[in-house]
Amino acid sequence: MREWISELWRAREILYFLAWRDVIIRYKQAALGATWAVLQPLFTMLIFSFFFGRLAGIPSNGIPYPLFSYSALVLWMYFSVTLGHVGNSMVANSGLITKIYFPRILLPAAAALGGLLDLLTSSLLLVAMLVYYHVTPRWTALLTPIFVGQTVLLVMGLGMLLAALNVRYRDVKYTIPFMTQMGLFVTPIIYPVTFLPHRFQGWLALNPMTGVIEGFRACLFGGAVDWNVLTCSWVVTLLLLLAGGVHFRMTERVFADVV
Amino acid sequence: MTQAISVENLSKRYELGALHQETQLRDQLVRLLRTPFGKRRTRETLWALSDVSFTVEQGEVVGIIGRNGAGKSTLLKILSKITYPTSGRVKARGRVAALLEVGAGFHEELTGRENIYLNGSIMGMRKREVDAKLEAIVEFSGLQRFVDTPIKRYSSGMRSRLGFAVAAHLDPDVLIVDEVLAVGDADFQKKCISAMHELRGGGRTVLFVSHNMSAVENLCSRGIWLAQGRVQLDGPAPKVIEAYMTSFAAAENASTALGSVGDRSGSGEVRFTRVEFRSSEGDLQTVTRAGRSIVIRMHYHANEPIIRPIFAVRFYTELGTLVTTTSTWLHGLDICPVPAGEGYIDLEIDSLNLMPGRYYLSLRLGTSVDQRTYDALEHAVYLDVEEAPIYGQSRRIDSRFGLVFFPQRWRLDGIGRSATDAAKRAADA
Repeated sequence: MREWISELWRAREILYFLAWRDVIIRYKQAALGATWAVLQPLFTMLIFSFFFGRLAGIPSNGIPYPLFSYSALVLWMYFSVTLGHVGNSMVANSGLITKIYFPRILLPAAAALGGLLDLLTSSLLLVAMLVYYHVTPRWTALLTPIFVGQTVLLVMGLGMLLAALNVRYRDVKYTIPFMTQMGLFVTPIIYPVTFLPHRFQGWLALNPMTGVIEGFRACLFGGAVDWNVLTCSWVVTLLLLLAGGVHFRMTERVFADVV
Repeated sequence: MTQAISVENLSKRYELGALHQETQLRDQLVRLLRTPFGKRRTRETLWALSDVSFTVEQGEVVGIIGRNGAGKSTLLKILSKITYPTSGRVKARGRVAALLEVGAGFHEELTGRENIYLNGSIMGMRKREVDAKLEAIVEFSGLQRFVDTPIKRYSSGMRSRLGFAVAAHLDPDVLIVDEVLAVGDADFQKKCISAMHELRGGGRTVLFVSHNMSAVENLCSRGIWLAQGRVQLDGPAPKVIEAYMTSFAAAENASTALGSVGDRSGSGEVRFTRVEFRSSEGDLQTVTRAGRSIVIRMHYHANEPIIRPIFAVRFYTELGTLVTTTSTWLHGLDICPVPAGEGYIDLEIDSLNLMPGRYYLSLRLGTSVDQRTYDALEHAVYLDVEEAPIYGQSRRIDSRFGLVFFPQRWRLDGIGRSATDAAKRAADA
């Protein structure tokens, strides 16, 4: 274990170059470049605001609905898009895996870090919206990186599990978009947790992204925090990280033979 | 002398079932439904390596030879930690750089410069190191004008030059090279070989896998011959190469049945079945003499009809140097569709202008429709060319005089005369 960590430390520049490659390639031939990182959550927010905010009249804890949904979408888009990249990272780089040795975990890690640039870009619009709606963030806004960090850990944990499975079963590739589509509805993005009948709220807390998004919003806009939900979310995140890491380490020896 | 690499009782088993099937969960479910109570199908296993042991001293340059499927690549993959052995141990001292494919990890969309950084970093160079060596790498590759062009616009030759340029500047303690010299033009190959010579001079340990026996002989002091996953012979390079080459085509070579040739690939709709050497009179012969005519008859069996076939033959020396290539495509022949069943094609050579020695033939049968190869046999048969009075005299001419000779004459009219004399005579006439 200690040996592995020192090996990772020596290979830290590879992580940087792999993440850098992922980012460059994604935007190199896209005419709109990094604007895509904003356009996707922006249009989703507009559609949600029209259908769910205006027509369906779903409450949003006293925050303007566009701001309410966009603040969640920023994190959710990172989670869902990056989970896809991380889950496919081993298969997509099979040419590398079968030809060069380097710590394999750098591939999912690079994919998870590469997505952070998009998150940063789309956050700029969030700041602009705060200004537009005259919402002054509280000092707790400084704590938001905690939840961004938690999302990264979650993406890594779940992603490593999926990436390792993907090497053996290509079904995973089709499962990920399906999972994230479903996830959009069982995460409080369109609605606040309190919108659900009480008996369902406990189940929702099992989804680690519930705690992430509730915590992120509470930091920005204030409001009561359900510490049970946050704790549950962290426990699930860390368990997934452990499971993903262990499974990945156990199977990485055969990646090059199977992929 | 210190040991750079030590390999102890190395074995590697592949489960063929796991490799080729069941990458879809569905396949496993289907099998479970079909035979819910049946015992699990016993998987076919393949020992790519079994009980391989050797040590390499620091500074040694070792060539690893053997046919396709002998375990060479598996050995290199284990030595470079890409895959893990089923049993046994490998120890390597110092920084190990493995070049299993030139430019592995290059990305199409990135420029040459960006790829140098990416590839260099993955191969174990620090960014500072790449910064310092960038100019030298670019110069070595000879691609100064293209460093800022995405490599998707590069030719395959340019790509391998860039890849080898990065690799040549890795500065490893142990370098593992697989067949990279097979690509690139002659000039670049020379450059690679001299780069490897420099490595040898620098006390670096090199493990080198190649089918090019003359490259192995030039570069390596020691050879290891792998056959069916075992070390067949380990010793001085020339000795091992000789033993390896004589193991080919051990059958009677006047009419060689090709069913058991080891080094064979292709999709298999058509297979060569037999090769015969005949004199122009049609007699089967086992050896021929330099300068004679010869007919090479290749029998095939087609399992299904094929259209626009291409037959090709390559001649190699014992050391693996390509002497010549000929094919029906090069001759512009448009062959009518080949019906299913047996058949043969003759290659008539008017004058076999090869110096005496043993030559190996590689055969290939493909189609120009989709560039597919039906059958490809490397070094499938050999042809012994005996000494002959090539130039019409009874002088002894053997393999020391080279590979080929030309239909030729010496003109002696100019001896003792200046060029102007000759011109005057021509004017008088």
